[in-house]
Amino acid sequence: MSVYGVLFYALGGLMLAATTLAVTSRSLVHAVVYLVNAFFATGLLFYLLGAPLLAAFEIIIYAGAIMVLFLFIVMLTRQDKPLAGGVSLMRWLLPGLTSLVSLAAGTALVFSGGATGVPLAPAMASPRDLGRALFSRWWLGVEIVSFLLLVALVGALYLGRAPREGAAAGKSPGDAP
Amino acid sequence: MIVPFGHVLLLAALLFLMGLSCTIARRNLVMILIGVEIMLNASGLALVASSLRWMSMDGQALTALILGVAASEVTVGLALVMAVRRASGSLDADRQTALKEDDR
Repeated sequence: MSVYGVLFYALGGLMLAATTLAVTSRSLVHAVVYLVNAFFATGLLFYLLGAPLLAAFEIIIYAGAIMVLFLFIVMLTRQDKPLAGGVSLMRWLLPGLTSLVSLAAGTALVFSGGATGVPLAPAMASPRDLGRALFSRWWLGVEIVSFLLLVALVGALYLGRAPREGAAAGKSPGDAP
Repeated sequence: MIVPFGHVLLLAALLFLMGLSCTIARRNLVMILIGVEIMLNASGLALVASSLRWMSMDGQALTALILGVAASEVTVGLALVMAVRRASGSLDADRQTALKEDDR
């Protein structure tokens, strides 16, 4: 096994362990910090799979911005008591069973031969290539995502506004003549 | 060579199913959103691996778009979590049983 293979399995094991700990963690802060680990490992895996720009994006956006946002929300909504019934076994039984069935089917599919057995050759796509593909063939997707970000901004502002004083008196904006 | 393509797919499938189980089994609203994030991340991993497998930039371009979708999803999702918390005083998904803010 080449050094790339060793790196892949090490990073993959780290991702699985960190994600398991995050998913089963009782404390929200611990879950978020474990998830930062998992996303950092994902970024390195992206680099290993030949996507340096996406590796940087993954660390900046996922491990940086999104997880900091989660941390802010966790800090703002301080829980008085530990999460009730967060890790009870019965709740995990059905999702675990369905996941196992899907995983068994996927494993059978992957190891039944065909195109999935092809070894990946190391390669590196330059950010220039990604930018060119993004803005020539995927320009419509870029436009849609930019519009989506604008809508998300407006929606977050609308949802996060302070409750109005008039709302308590039973007056809603629709009542205006 | 790095590894067979199928191994990357299996890793992505494992991560996706973990995120799915987290979304289904956990009751805390923040943990549900975290499960969705894990699922989006796993799909990005599979796309980047397919991009390397077929030596095409489409997978990486789609992953870049998924980053934007994940960012907007988490923005609106966390704003909703804050609104729900303000309305009902709890983050437990099972306790959100009223449609109006006053009837609880």
